[in-house]
Amino acid sequence: MERAKCLELIYPEIEDKLVVTIMGACAQELYDLGHRESFFYLQHAMGLASSIGLGLARHLPHEKVIVLDGDGSALMNLGTFATLARYRPSNLVHIIFDNGSLLSTGGFDSHTTAGITDLAAIARGAGIEHAVSVTETMGFGEAFVEAMERADLSVIVAHVDAVGPDIYGMDFALPENAFRFKRCVQERRAATGWKPPPRPGSVGSA
Amino acid sequence: MTVSYDNSKAVFEGIKAAGITSISALPETWLGLLLQRAEDDPDVDLIQVAKEEEAIGVAAGAYFAGEPHVLLMQNHGFFGAMNGIISLAQLYSIPLCMLIAVRGHWGEPYPWHTRGGIVTEGLLRALNIPYEHARDPEAVAKQIAEAYTFSRSSLSPVALLLTRDLMED
Repeated sequence: MERAKCLELIYPEIEDKLVVTIMGACAQELYDLGHRESFFYLQHAMGLASSIGLGLARHLPHEKVIVLDGDGSALMNLGTFATLARYRPSNLVHIIFDNGSLLSTGGFDSHTTAGITDLAAIARGAGIEHAVSVTETMGFGEAFVEAMERADLSVIVAHVDAVGPDIYGMDFALPENAFRFKRCVQERRAATGWKPPPRPGSVGSA
Repeated sequence: MTVSYDNSKAVFEGIKAAGITSISALPETWLGLLLQRAEDDPDVDLIQVAKEEEAIGVAAGAYFAGEPHVLLMQNHGFFGAMNGIISLAQLYSIPLCMLIAVRGHWGEPYPWHTRGGIVTEGLLRALNIPYEHARDPEAVAKQIAEAYTFSRSSLSPVALLLTRDLMED
């Protein structure tokens, strides 16, 4: 199973959702399908995509938040599973593409390569009720549909091949992605009747 | 030495007065009474993390959502959060308002805190993180509001250091 194929399969469902993706190949493959202002690409700080997802989901109950994680990143922040289990954001879908490899940094084997470490079992052990492992594209698609329909925290560990795109590059600087993503998130929130708190510099003299 | 009930209240009231509605934290002794108040307050959303670096992600998510947020941590937690501070907050110009309990400094009786206390300010300077010390309960509310405002206007991490003078009786 290829991650790019999985992303292509779910793209029509996630292109209007808030999506936080990890760095490297996963970010690029999503971008190559077509950037949306509701996509945030975490190109560093490995492990924190799911934490950003929690911060978003917690404060935006009207949104479905999708986190696209990887085995290498998830292994750097295993505590996130316990934190997610504790707060159980019902509107968060946490997808972990497990390619058993630190692909973006040279393809070294990750701890999940030999099939010893099971991230879905870790998630379940942390207290996340809906955590499944899939190895086929069809199974991935079914797990994704179930997760999107479920009003509960869902984790999907998708076992994929360690392959990525040939060409990397995005047409914006990293802070620009953050600025535009924030604007998009806040506009969507404002549409629910929410009023943003005053910004520094927006009142009084400079 | 006991944690100051009155001054923990002053810090929490300062957080509320600054318009903060969302807090991420990892419990530590000096922050205990504060966190209890946050937990009991229906207008404040408290998210406790397993490790402080997670809170950098949570804070970024809250910022994107438009929710006024502060992070509560010990200085040793700040050390553990450093890559998130640099490679998420600073890299993407995301503000962080960090209230950091500075253990291991003047008057510290516990040896295990001392090494961290000695290097805290040097690390803040190395990361270009502006910081102030909070020592006076009368001034702390204003300092929190100013720290929050500055983090938002500079789109940068900012630290208010909660000192022994403030947090212990």
